[in-house]
Amino acid sequence: MTSASPAPASHRTPPGLHPFPYTNLLGITGLQPWEIAYLLDEAEQWIESNRSTHKRHDRLAGLTQVNAFFENSTRTLLSFEIAGKRLGVDCVNMVPGTSSLKKGETLLDTALTLAAMHPDIIVIRHQDSGAVQLIAEKVDCTVINAGDGRHEHPTQALLDALTIRRRKGRIEGLTVAICGDILHSRVARSNFQLLNALGARVRVVAPPTLLGAGIERLGVEVFTDMDKGLDSADVVMMLRLQKERMQGGYIPSTREFFHFYGLTGERLKRAKPDALVMHPGPMNRGVEIDTAVADDLVRSAIAEQVEMGVAVRMACLDVLTRKRRGIAGWADGSIGATGGRA
Amino acid sequence: MSRIAFINAHLLDAASGLDGLGGLLVEGGRIAEVGAIATPADATVIDCDGRLLAPALIDTRVFKVEPAAAIAGGVVKVCLMPDQSPVLDGPAAIERVRRLGQDVVKVRPLAAATRALEGRKLAEIGLALEAGACAVATGRRGIMDTGVMLRLLQYASGFDALVVAHAEDETLTDGTCATESDYALRLGLPAASTLAESLMVERDVRLAEATGARLHIAQVTCAASIDAVRRAKHRGVRVSCGVTPAHFLLNDFAIGDYRTFARLSPPLRTEADRLAVVEGLRDGTIDVIASGHDPRTQEDKRLPFAQAEAGMVGVETLLAASLSLVHNDILDLPTLMTKLTSKPAALFGLNGGRLDVGQAADLLLFDAGAPWQIDAETLRSTAKNTPLDRLLVQGRVRGVWRDGRDVLTN
Repeated sequence: MTSASPAPASHRTPPGLHPFPYTNLLGITGLQPWEIAYLLDEAEQWIESNRSTHKRHDRLAGLTQVNAFFENSTRTLLSFEIAGKRLGVDCVNMVPGTSSLKKGETLLDTALTLAAMHPDIIVIRHQDSGAVQLIAEKVDCTVINAGDGRHEHPTQALLDALTIRRRKGRIEGLTVAICGDILHSRVARSNFQLLNALGARVRVVAPPTLLGAGIERLGVEVFTDMDKGLDSADVVMMLRLQKERMQGGYIPSTREFFHFYGLTGERLKRAKPDALVMHPGPMNRGVEIDTAVADDLVRSAIAEQVEMGVAVRMACLDVLTRKRRGIAGWADGSIGATGGRA
Repeated sequence: MSRIAFINAHLLDAASGLDGLGGLLVEGGRIAEVGAIATPADATVIDCDGRLLAPALIDTRVFKVEPAAAIAGGVVKVCLMPDQSPVLDGPAAIERVRRLGQDVVKVRPLAAATRALEGRKLAEIGLALEAGACAVATGRRGIMDTGVMLRLLQYASGFDALVVAHAEDETLTDGTCATESDYALRLGLPAASTLAESLMVERDVRLAEATGARLHIAQVTCAASIDAVRRAKHRGVRVSCGVTPAHFLLNDFAIGDYRTFARLSPPLRTEADRLAVVEGLRDGTIDVIASGHDPRTQEDKRLPFAQAEAGMVGVETLLAASLSLVHNDILDLPTLMTKLTSKPAALFGLNGGRLDVGQAADLLLFDAGAPWQIDAETLRSTAKNTPLDRLLVQGRVRGVWRDGRDVLTN
């Protein structure tokens, strides 16, 4: 069980600055440590509420939220939908099978169509890096990036950080090993930046074909040997390996990948005895993670990550719409549009 | 016979040894006298007021003929890439596109090297050359099949034709839209190594060396390929190369915020490669600067970065963008102008590009120091896709003549 863990003094908002002066969340890039910590602190209040039988609040009643998911997703879509509904938002989903993108409409036309219906919040997932920013430039409501290409997935990084902070009591000074398909992972990119901003040491562990050129210049320590990469780690974060990349394209086979990079109980012994195991899901059991490790209730935080996801997204929906709702201290002109951009 | 006397001009043509005050007399659309001219009584006199008078620019890489934009940029002669619809892969197509200049711009088509530019079978190169193509080009893409490239160079050498090659290995670039770097990695853009270019340059240079063919690498944009050309020239290979201003003015930081106007082919490179391009221009390895003028519609560009088409408009900004090399003390003005006039003329077998008696009077009057700001909205091109928007530049076109006829103000 985890417990509330407010941000350390080093991550408090400096005097005179606004704790979160944005109405969009496009990425972790550009966010200050205290801004990240503020969102995490705000998320804490929803965790107990979500565990109770009185989950429904009316803080955002009257607002409309559109979840525009151009790429398939189950858990992120569900998480955003539940987060919105628990805050009293009218929430609708647009998913690829039913969208007019199938009819050849361009992304920007779809965005303008959505905007004309006057939603207050658009949550977007898209297969292309930068697509969410492209839409955000054309609409005047709150835009939240729910994952764009290989670029960013900020709410995933926030929920990971909240999970770590509650389990470990801190983030500063921890060693976090992120393992697997770094090259194609937006989760990894958002996490590098967030964990670095909050003072963790980040390692990446992957075969060279899945690392990406220039990775060593992103503030991470690079390992191609998993045993070395896990050595004395406080947190082991596994990434999903996408099926289409398994068969000879980037790695020879899933069998070989699991042999060298799969997280097994044996390999986990290299990490600290109380190391936390995380995975953004959905898991490929037996490819990147062994079932026994994934299901280890003491060390695995995988289910908890999903739980924190709802709380973090509730916090984002609340904070980002405060200007729109005219909340005192948030409604003046100093609150800009975009939080986190390249 | 109509005569025009340009007086008080700063005549500039390094290839003809001109760099100083003088006059130029045009008779019947051709240059009749250069230097200390005697102004005939019946001549129209144009007082150049000490401004620079040079051969009009020759742009060896455009994808669309836009006369108004070209003239505004001081360009009177353009080499049209074969990537047209239909592809310029036969004599009929070549003859047709020569008319696109509307008696304003002289169009010299580049013939497709392979049928439909598919890179598999040789096109009717000889007939296309006879119909007026000035060279043979592989188009937007390189020829991946080494055997086809070898036979192309062998066959072209029979006509002593210039082969203009695009150097990118598609097995490395497929699905990518940026150059490998920590920056592209952070932006999450699929990226390819510059090896994609340098390997192809090395290959094509070796093939040119083996066949004795004349090879022109349309764009060299990274240190390794410039080095490969430099070494090949030392060995006596008949190789030349070009670049567009974007690759010496911008680095991959320009793709920040996913600006699709900065999506180019080859993609923008890192700062180290940009500096190598600048050095290649300085030491003469890079022979030609061309615009790569490629108007793109909103539908092609208002897309996520990876889905957007590559290309930028540039014919109108070619002179001013290139002059930055002079104002930044990389090249002196006469040397820069050779890369826009006499060098492309010599390599592509074109008349003009010189202030020589007997040449067509295609002339450019300009002010090399006049400052202005590029404003995409005011460009004459039908499309406004330039990554140089808002750039502060120096160098203004003041007059352009084609065959002695003022085509800028008329």
